[in-house]
Amino acid sequence: MCLAVPGRVLDVEDRDGTRMATVDFGGVVKEVCLEYLPDLKAGEYAIVHVGFALQRLDEESARRTLELFENLGMLQEEFGDPWEQAAAQGAAQQPPHHTTAPEAQQ
Amino acid sequence: MKYIEEFQDPDLAERLLDDIRATVTRPWALMEVCGGQTHTIIRHGIDQLLPEEVELIHGPGCPVCVTPLEVIDKALEIASRPDVIFCSFGDMLRVPGTGRDLFQVRGTGGDVRVVYSPLDALRVAQQNPDRQVVFFGIGFETTAPPNAMTVYQARKLGIRNFSLLVSHVRVPPAIEAIMQSPDCRVQAFLAAGHVCSVMGMDEYPGLAERFGVPIVVTGFEPLDILEGVRRTVRQLERGEHTVDNAYPRAVRPEGNPAARAMLDDVFEVTDRAWRGIGVIPDSGWRLSSRYRDYDAEHRFAVDGITTREPAACRSGEVLQGLLKPHECEAFGTTCTPRSPLGATMVSSEGACAAYYLYRRLELNTPARPAASLEGSPVV
Ligand code: SF4
Repeated sequence: MCLAVPGRVLDVEDRDGTRMATVDFGGVVKEVCLEYLPDLKAGEYAIVHVGFALQRLDEESARRTLELFENLGMLQEEFGDPWEQAAAQGAAQQPPHHTTAPEAQQ
Repeated sequence: MKYIEEFQDPDLAERLLDDIRATVTRPWALMEVCGGQTHTIIRHGIDQLLPEEVELIHGPGCPVCVTPLEVIDKALEIASRPDVIFCSFGDMLRVPGTGRDLFQVRGTGGDVRVVYSPLDALRVAQQNPDRQVVFFGIGFETTAPPNAMTVYQARKLGIRNFSLLVSHVRVPPAIEAIMQSPDCRVQAFLAAGHVCSVMGMDEYPGLAERFGVPIVVTGFEPLDILEGVRRTVRQLERGEHTVDNAYPRAVRPEGNPAARAMLDDVFEVTDRAWRGIGVIPDSGWRLSSRYRDYDAEHRFAVDGITTREPAACRSGEVLQGLLKPHECEAFGTTCTPRSPLGATMVSSEGACAAYYLYRRLELNTPARPAASLEGSPVV
C-alpha cells in the first residue's frame, strides 16, 4: 500500500464529473483518478498511489522503476490477490468466500 | 560486494559508493524515514556496502506499523457488525488487534473487503445502499489525499452510507519528536520522497534549521538511496544543514497543490498516537468539522475503545531508531511474520519483517521454517 507505482496513461475520460484514466502498470491495467493531476494526457507517465495519480514522471525513469519492481516481485505484491497473500502469511483459516481478485474491483 | 551486481546500474552504484568513501572522515548516523526505503536498504545490503562510518537508522515511516492498536481494535469492532461492509487495503488484513485481526473477522462471517483504491469503497457503498460501508483510512501524506478526495466525493454525490475510520499521520512532527528524544542519535534525515511529491518541501527548512540536521529528500530505489546518502554525508562533513532534493524526478518544491488544497479542506491537524511510540502533538489528521458526519468513529460510537499495547513488543523503539529489529528478544522466536507480536513484523514495509526476510539467516537467529513464506509473493 505504501508503494507508489509509475504507470502509463492509456486513455482519459470524465466520469460523473470526475477525471479518470485507465493506466497501465507494466501489464496490469487499473482505473486511476486524475483529479490531482487534471491535465495528464494519454501516453504520459505518473506516479500512482492507491488509485490516484500524484505526480508526473518522465518516461525513462518510469520505465526503469517498473522494470525494477517487476524484477523484485513488487508488482505482484501490490496488485496480486491480497487474500491469498494474507493466507500465505498467516496460518489462519481461509476466508469463506474466497475469490481470486479483490471483489470490489468488478 | 555481494549484492552490488543486483543494482540496476552497478557501475553508477560503485561510483556513488566511491564518492561516499572518499568524503566520509568520521561516524555519522542517518535516519531513512520511509519503510519502503528500509526494505530497499536491507534487501540490497546497502547498509553493508556503505563505509562503516555511515550508519543507517530505520525510521517510523510505515503506515501499517504506526497505526495504533486501539484503532485496529475499533476497526475490528466495526467490521464485526452485521450491517457493515468493511473495506481496507490488503496490508491491514493480518495486523494484530487485541486477540484477532481482520482476516479472522472475515473468517467468522464479517463482511471485510479489500480494495485497491478508496474510490472502490465508495463504489461498494453506491452498490449497497442498504448497508453501511466503512473505509479504513490509514497512511501518511501520500494516502491522505486519495482518502480526502473520496470523502469529498461522497458528500458531493450525497452518499450517506459511507464513512471513514481515520488514522492519518504526518511525517514532520514525527521528525521533530525523534529529534527531541533524549536518546536520539540521528544526525540527518533521508526524507520520504513520495510524501514530498504531495507535500513539497516547505515543511522541512524550519526543522533542518532548528535541529541542525541536513534533510535530503530521497527516493526509494537502490541508486536513489545511495545518492541520498552521498548528498547527506557531504553536508554533514561540511557542517551544513540544509534541505536538498535528491529525487527531483518525482518531487517538485511545491508538491501537488491540488492535493494539498483538498487535504486542507477535508482534514484538520490533530494529535495522534503512533503505535509503540505514543501521542505525538499535531502528528495526524482527522476529518474537519464540515465532514464530521463521515467519521466512522462517531457513527459507530467506538470512540470509547481504548487499548493498552503489549509490553513484549519493542516496535516503539525500533520505529524510533533506538533498537535494531534483531536486538528484540522476540525476533525470530516468538515473533515471526506467521505469528507476529507487532505490526512491524506484519507489514510489507516493516523493519522487523525486512530483517526477518533478508537477514534472518545471516543474523543466525534460531531457525524457524520459512519455506511457505519464501514460496509466496508477499512481503
Ligand atoms: S521482532 Fe516482533 S516483538 Fe520484536 S519489535 Fe519486532 S514486531 Fe515487536
